[in-house]
Amino acid sequence: MVSQTPDLSKREADVIVIGGGLHGMSSAFHLARRGKRVIVLEADYCGRHASGVNAGGVRTLGRDLAEIPLSLASRDIWHELGELLGDDADFTPSGQLLVAENEKDIVTINKRVALLESHGFTHEKIIDGKTAHELVPTISPHVCGGIWVKDDGHALPYRAVTAFRLAAQRMGVAVHETTPAQRLDWRDGRWHVTTPRGTFSAEHVVNNAGAWAGEFAAQVGDPVPLEIGGLMLMITYRLPAFVKPVLGAAGRPLSFKQFANGTVLIGGGLRCPVDVIGRHGEVDFIRLASSAQTVTDLFPHLRELPVNRAWAGVEAFMPDNIPVIGPSLSSPNIVHAFGFSAHGFELGPIVGRIVSELVCDGTTAHPIAPFSAGRFRPVTATEAGAAVPVPFSIPTGVPR
Amino acid sequence: MSDIQTGDRYDLAVVGAGPAGMSAAITARARGLNVVLLDEQEAVGGQIYRNITRANPRALDVLGPDYASGARIADAFHISGTVHLTGASVWQVGRDGTINYLRGGKVSSLHATQVVLASGAMERPFPIPGWTLPGVLGAGAAQILLKSADLAPSEPVILAGCGPLLYLLGWQYLRAGVPIKAVIDTTDTTDYVRAAGHLIEALAAWPMLKKGLKLMSALKKGKVPFYRGATNLAVQGTDAATGLRFTVGGKDMHVDSKVILLHQGVVPNTQFTWSLRAKHSWNDVQLCWTPDVDAWGRLEGLPNIYVAGDGLGIGGALAAAVQGQLAGLEVAAVAGKIDAGARDSAAAPLRAELAKQLRIRPFLDVLYRPKDANRVPADAVTVCRCEEVTAGDIRGYVALGCSGPNQTKSFGRCGMGPCQGRLCGLTVTEVIAQARGVSPSEVGYYRIRPPIKPVTLGELANEA
Repeated sequence: MVSQTPDLSKREADVIVIGGGLHGMSSAFHLARRGKRVIVLEADYCGRHASGVNAGGVRTLGRDLAEIPLSLASRDIWHELGELLGDDADFTPSGQLLVAENEKDIVTINKRVALLESHGFTHEKIIDGKTAHELVPTISPHVCGGIWVKDDGHALPYRAVTAFRLAAQRMGVAVHETTPAQRLDWRDGRWHVTTPRGTFSAEHVVNNAGAWAGEFAAQVGDPVPLEIGGLMLMITYRLPAFVKPVLGAAGRPLSFKQFANGTVLIGGGLRCPVDVIGRHGEVDFIRLASSAQTVTDLFPHLRELPVNRAWAGVEAFMPDNIPVIGPSLSSPNIVHAFGFSAHGFELGPIVGRIVSELVCDGTTAHPIAPFSAGRFRPVTATEAGAAVPVPFSIPTGVPR
Repeated sequence: MSDIQTGDRYDLAVVGAGPAGMSAAITARARGLNVVLLDEQEAVGGQIYRNITRANPRALDVLGPDYASGARIADAFHISGTVHLTGASVWQVGRDGTINYLRGGKVSSLHATQVVLASGAMERPFPIPGWTLPGVLGAGAAQILLKSADLAPSEPVILAGCGPLLYLLGWQYLRAGVPIKAVIDTTDTTDYVRAAGHLIEALAAWPMLKKGLKLMSALKKGKVPFYRGATNLAVQGTDAATGLRFTVGGKDMHVDSKVILLHQGVVPNTQFTWSLRAKHSWNDVQLCWTPDVDAWGRLEGLPNIYVAGDGLGIGGALAAAVQGQLAGLEVAAVAGKIDAGARDSAAAPLRAELAKQLRIRPFLDVLYRPKDANRVPADAVTVCRCEEVTAGDIRGYVALGCSGPNQTKSFGRCGMGPCQGRLCGLTVTEVIAQARGVSPSEVGYYRIRPPIKPVTLGELANEA
């Protein structure tokens, strides 16, 4: 049995991880595997926000170019998660399909895949309308093609957080829930983290604080333009299985999947306002209504299907839609990993490993240069001449 | 009634057409406010006065004079000039006074400067072995069938549990000629002893006590077998209920019946107030959550939203009507239709009346306090029937670090089915509190998500 009440007298560790979401737990797990003593500080309960309430898409499809190497490496871990953690978080390699609904969408997806291939990435495959209907026989006849990634899939978000958490705890990681980190002080070669339950200290701190990570980044001298927003999802009553892959749409926002229990999850990057103080996303049904429209266009037989509930997690969005991953540029012994802007679930397993490498080795072989916190600093004249990664606009309806 | 366009604006929107909702609307209309009342039913009455405007003389006779008295409020409501949206299922109330509702298959919304939530009470879960078998029903649900459809079981029934509604239904069934196999009462001698401490104040509400005694003696005269102090209740049967097993005075008993009506009181329906993220407190006497409100029923931190009636704590129909009037007065004062002096002088007799109506509550709450064993079940008993989660499952989650109802969703989908925790919420809170050895207030409740009532994808899509 894993102890649920960590010993408060043990306030010192090698690493303090701020944030008990998927990335925090993955970081803690990988650090413990490297033999580090780890304390996790969680403001609410583990997996309360982005990690527990997202759509659970295990998706390499539609990624920003910079993220593709990480997402492919992470997907390999997803396929072996059961062996790694003793719990596969219900990972289902169902494939992910981005559907094209008209000629304009076909042009978009062809351009997308051509660009990927020019960079040597071949995991996204163009398929024709016939193949799309073979993959999803129940989909509306107007679907005329798509991008298919057969090794993608989905998992249960909270199960994934809990699987990493329990595996980490078995290796001695102490998880403190309802213990919000408030202030970070570097003193005598250690970080001292103030919380309402007293001060904790460690040589290293990992900032996995999700929507709240911007505060900690600013405290240690790495201000970033993180924006806090809500991301809405709704789920339906159960119905017999009718779709296996996770679906997105090339021309409009959509993320759509049916779980093994028959419920259907509908979302797709639909943002809504948040009450930051109340730590709560405010569901905007007008926007959800447009999702309902998309879904009933693609599957007319779902018109009578009742919506069971709708919710919104509080998440961290970065202006360029890629995360911050890397060491602090201003303070010693800090590693940041946050700002996953609605696409962090799939990356959780690999980012935890990268964090552990950055803490233990001071470096990683994974290409994380594009995710530096420094990319938002004003560009000097000499730097402006250097190569700047070209942001790639991903289709709006990528599945999650 | 009138055809409402999306986006209509009102001074006041009332949700629920029971005594509290109708009274709030009547009071605010009388002060000149523009009022809309939304209710799921086709006619006013709520649950307590369900179908009151359509009941035939025989039904009125069966259901008794308390029910018949609801017609007075209904009449006043109908001439009040309130816009009455019948068959309107409110599925979201926003903190800004936006009300999303479904009516005639169409999703619409309106906006009100102030909102009175009068969504009443619901039956307390009664999780005992076998309670999910077909043939087992809440006594409240059975009474609704009697009121709205004049429907009663053709099989002889068992009434089991405690509380005024159980005896009232027994009395109504006797008058309707429904055979009653037995009344199996969980109230025991210690309950009577504890309640005796509140008897003096309860005597001030003598007419109500007298009514209760009348119901009990009618059941006795009707020669209905009556078992007191029943423990170890368990519904028997594999595919459907076949009978009830219980213990009385150390003796194991069994009564056969295919229809078993369970009841151990009602609790406030707090789905809307939780979804609004209002602050709630655990009421240790009524063993339920109540929203934190001021003397007018205004939610703490939500100055434009009020609660009236049983949603504030169980007080009964007469208290609910007074609470509706108090909320209506304050709404009118905030709208500038009356000044504070007029409000207070109108409120003074109402507050005296409310105190009088509530005087019997401590006595009833203590006497009919549901037994721990019938609220916090043994491991094998199903708690969440939508997702088939047992009390033992929940205790297992607690051992793994699950500290509250929201995490039980993540550990095992508890409370995530179609009822969204309405049937299991209180049980889940109490099971976790017991397992953790802390109070229910520390454990908290589910975060309630819209839609509060089912809306289909097609209905929602029409809104796009």
